[in-house]
Amino acid sequence: MLSFIIRRILVSIPLLFLASIVAFILVINTGDPLEDLRTKQPPTPAATIALREHQLGLDKPPVERYVSWLTKAIHGDFGKTIKNQPVWDEVSRALGVTLRLVLFAEILSVLIGVTIGVISAVKQYSWFDYTATTGAFLLYSLPVLAVGSFLKYVLAIRLNRWIGRADDPLIKTIGEGTPNFCTPSKPYNCGFIPATTDFLSHALLPTLTLVLISFAGYARFSRASMLETLNADYVRTARSKGLSERRVILKHAFRNALMTVVTVISLDFGALIGGAILTETIFEWHGMGRVLVESITKIDPNLLLCWFFVTAVAVIAFNLIADILYAFLDPRIRLD
Amino acid sequence: MLPSDASPVDQIGMATLPEPPLADGELPGTPAEREFTVEQRSQWKTIWRRFTHHKPAMISLVVFFLLMVFAFVGPLFWKYKYDQVLKKPPGANKDWIRPSWEHPFGISKGYDVLAQVMRGTQYSIRIALVVMVVSVTIGVVVGAISGYFRGFTDSALMRFTDLMLVIPYLAAVAALQRNVKGSTWLWLALFLALFGWMGIARVIRGEFLSLREKEFVEAARSVGASSPRIIFKHIMPNTLGPIIVNATLAVGGAVLAEAALSFLGLGVKPPDTSLGKIIEVGKSKATTYPNEFWWPVLMLCLISLTVNFIGDGLRDAFDPKQNRVRA
Repeated sequence: MLSFIIRRILVSIPLLFLASIVAFILVINTGDPLEDLRTKQPPTPAATIALREHQLGLDKPPVERYVSWLTKAIHGDFGKTIKNQPVWDEVSRALGVTLRLVLFAEILSVLIGVTIGVISAVKQYSWFDYTATTGAFLLYSLPVLAVGSFLKYVLAIRLNRWIGRADDPLIKTIGEGTPNFCTPSKPYNCGFIPATTDFLSHALLPTLTLVLISFAGYARFSRASMLETLNADYVRTARSKGLSERRVILKHAFRNALMTVVTVISLDFGALIGGAILTETIFEWHGMGRVLVESITKIDPNLLLCWFFVTAVAVIAFNLIADILYAFLDPRIRLD
Repeated sequence: MLPSDASPVDQIGMATLPEPPLADGELPGTPAEREFTVEQRSQWKTIWRRFTHHKPAMISLVVFFLLMVFAFVGPLFWKYKYDQVLKKPPGANKDWIRPSWEHPFGISKGYDVLAQVMRGTQYSIRIALVVMVVSVTIGVVVGAISGYFRGFTDSALMRFTDLMLVIPYLAAVAALQRNVKGSTWLWLALFLALFGWMGIARVIRGEFLSLREKEFVEAARSVGASSPRIIFKHIMPNTLGPIIVNATLAVGGAVLAEAALSFLGLGVKPPDTSLGKIIEVGKSKATTYPNEFWWPVLMLCLISLTVNFIGDGLRDAFDPKQNRVRA
């Protein structure tokens, strides 16, 4: 098992290296970071432009830029943004915001999705199955944009108005937290309870959006996976041994169905580290999704490169975790 | 149509009713002896029958067809054009921009929203169709070569596929799209296709890996058929099912991806438009003047739902193992 894990990690390193090259090619083709400076009226002095080019390393050939970026990145230095802030500070802050949103939402959608999927499979063709399968299919097909906007504009804003709290909304529709919530001037806000309440009232809508969109996928997937194991020979054997139905379903069918579900969850989670871009935009959270959008809009090469790097690491790491989990859960997988 | 020299075994990998060994057109007994007529059903007829019996898919097909008419034929007949600036009529109150018989979707910034939404839907569908054609072509070619030749070619192509999957799809497209000047919609479609073929390639590779071991391929090889002939004439027709299903779902995915990017301001730019672009422009007024926002959102939902239902119906029709509707 250990040698399997080590081998998988070793295979991942060249993949990450190649991914960083692709990311670099994408970044240098995003556009000219100094576009604004060059087209400004009155014209910027050539010396200023040359200085900025030098600061951002734009005066060097691409290969040299890549090598110098890589050497620094390996040592943990991701350079500066175009506003001269350290890139890593910005990315790690955004990563924290995104994790707060995504972790919570992912756990909830897995719990709800898997439960619904398993019940649907056990009671196949019952009214529950039909309702759940159709409902899951509808939600699965709806655009995030529509679900998020509906929750924000139609439900939350009206609800806040209806209960007479339009100015100090009960359900917050903007941002990941109240700005300057806990400052020395407002010490009463710094306790655990006010901080948690503030977080929850901000997190409710984006979390709900993500859960509504992604639980449906897990429900569909675990239903299919569970149906497969319920029809397997070993489940028939378990039944014919006279085990209770509860035991057959939970210990024999569910455990085996879970193997594939766990892999899918792990892969999805890796993809979410890049930020729930649309959800973050609709509810104006400043997470990884916003970092991506802003770094592209403002053409910020180092920030965008770091974003690509962090997401690539996340995707590869969770691929690895999925592989290892699968090998660990299913002894039939050959490790060599 | 399937080429006559394709596989003698089941064409789309599914079991059919065992047929009595009869010559073409011959039926058992004379008509007077039989109490019912037996009509031989070809595989495509069976699939078509299964598909037409899938109610949500059929309803969706009709709705999708109407959407296409709305998007492509509607602008020719609607009395207002998308770029026609409307002046406030003298004596009208501020409600003149609200929906009315003259302007069913209302008016926004002096433009008729219905005309705008028609044009946006048209661009969204156009982009999605280009993405579908290009990404399915790349995916099928990569998958076929990978699965058929196996060995080094396969490993190389699949490692490349893995690499493309590591780079987040929307981010890559947005980064390249940022630099496009002038007409943007075709570039957006091409970028979306360039980063969106990997799923199809993996499915087709799987199909090829299993089909290439079948007896009919061995038979073709033994009579000296060339590799391209085996790939295109013998194996490819048998993978039409998954290709059609994936192509359908690719349309839905492309519409949503395009809308997401344009909504973020990273997709199409004026003078081009799309549903996502209209939504982006309208989002600041979502609560006060909701027309420009909710109509395109509704169109987006309709396209996504209908395409997914059609895809689901096709999958059931081609692969009766996971069937929910009896046919």
